[in-house]
Amino acid sequence: MEEHLTFIGSVTAQLVRAVPVTLLILAVSGVCATALATGLTAMSVARSPLARLIQRTWTFLFRGTPLILQIFMIYYGFAMIPWIRHGMLWTAFRDPVFCTCLAMTCCCSAYIAEIFRGALAAVPRGEIEAGRACGMTGFMLLRRVIAPSLIRIALPSYSNEIIMMTKSTSLASTITVLDITGVAQQVIAHSYRTLEVFCAAAALYLLINAGLSALLAALERRLDVDRAVPSISVPPVVEPLS
Amino acid sequence: MMDDLALLGFGPDGWAPLLLKGCVLTLAVSATSMAIGTVLGVLLAWARLKGPRWLRRTALVYGVVLRGVPELLVILLLYFGLPSLILSLSETFGWDAPGLPPPFLVGSLSVGLVSAAYQAEIFRGGVGAIPRGQFEAARAMGFGDLLCFHRIVLPQVARVVLPALGNVWQFNLKDSALIAVTGLSELMRTSLVAAGSTRHPFLFFGLAMALYLVLTTLSSTAFHYGGRYSNRWDRG
Repeated sequence: MEEHLTFIGSVTAQLVRAVPVTLLILAVSGVCATALATGLTAMSVARSPLARLIQRTWTFLFRGTPLILQIFMIYYGFAMIPWIRHGMLWTAFRDPVFCTCLAMTCCCSAYIAEIFRGALAAVPRGEIEAGRACGMTGFMLLRRVIAPSLIRIALPSYSNEIIMMTKSTSLASTITVLDITGVAQQVIAHSYRTLEVFCAAAALYLLINAGLSALLAALERRLDVDRAVPSISVPPVVEPLS
Repeated sequence: MMDDLALLGFGPDGWAPLLLKGCVLTLAVSATSMAIGTVLGVLLAWARLKGPRWLRRTALVYGVVLRGVPELLVILLLYFGLPSLILSLSETFGWDAPGLPPPFLVGSLSVGLVSAAYQAEIFRGGVGAIPRGQFEAARAMGFGDLLCFHRIVLPQVARVVLPALGNVWQFNLKDSALIAVTGLSELMRTSLVAAGSTRHPFLFFGLAMALYLVLTTLSSTAFHYGGRYSNRWDRG
């Protein structure tokens, strides 16, 4: 029993040292995917049919194929293209962390764009019309009217997607990245003790996800203006005398 | 170029038969795991809604854990952990060692266990969408639990839940690619082997992507028509 606990302790210490790799992949691909998804959402409502076609094709391609296949395609497949192999890009494409981030950015941007698209459709039309009636155009309308509503509507699904992304980072281990799952497999190869190691790794992922969802839930509460205490007093509506 | 075509064809050097077999195996694994997920998901949803307190807690913890842990980790845990567990169990009870469990079963079980956690949430939501008055009316008519489930819950939940189940099926289909790490020669694994032995990864991964697109598109079309059929009385 004593030996058991010390083993789990040392394994956990080893796994914790791999947490930054997992978080790095998550942060880089999360930020890039969100930015790309914003662009894709804009393309989905663009006037140009070409832009809409590109957005639809992107979504179809990256939501219809498994992420692990996309990662393998970028890591092993792209290495066979001569201008990548012998060009400037090779320093990036031979790095498995970069390839994972790239694949996750492409894949998750398609999912996030669908969330944003749904939220955009749910923004009340009257608000946009009211904004137009007040003389707002373009960027100001987006910043003051559309974005605040859109973010509030999209946030719950967006949080779900971030949790999905955390889980997806484990796929990096299949192309030799030593993230939490990668280190866990390495430890098992030395110690042949699967159950303890995988359970410790699972606990770490659960901890990361619990932290993330708590953070996003706090953000959701903060943005929820309907439940917040009103800071200005609204005068009562006075019935007109007839 | 002609060499590439020969690699993809049905000839002696062609990988087409193996890749098609991989497609079939991918569909079979996904369908098996979907079925496991539905059965277990219904039980979990029932446990969450109607079970005694300890069962409710257990189902809740199951959902949180299985939805918070990477699918890859679940597959690896079952694939590497299950044999040693079976071995130690058979040692303690004095059975003969039953040998290694087949990869197909382990793969579909692990994807199914994850799928069950998601499906349980869907079924729970589906039952929640039924107005409470209907249960009370059923009780007033003297319906027992089983009759109430058969006549009131099942027909309505099945309809409400179908689009969400379609989503879960798509995830199952894509998660089944992760079973490749156990060596089961489904589509992902076959394309990996083909890419490795012919040294044409771009070609074979591209083809595998196209095949996955075919599978996902076909099944989403099927779910679309299934949804239209199940709602055929709904349109005024």
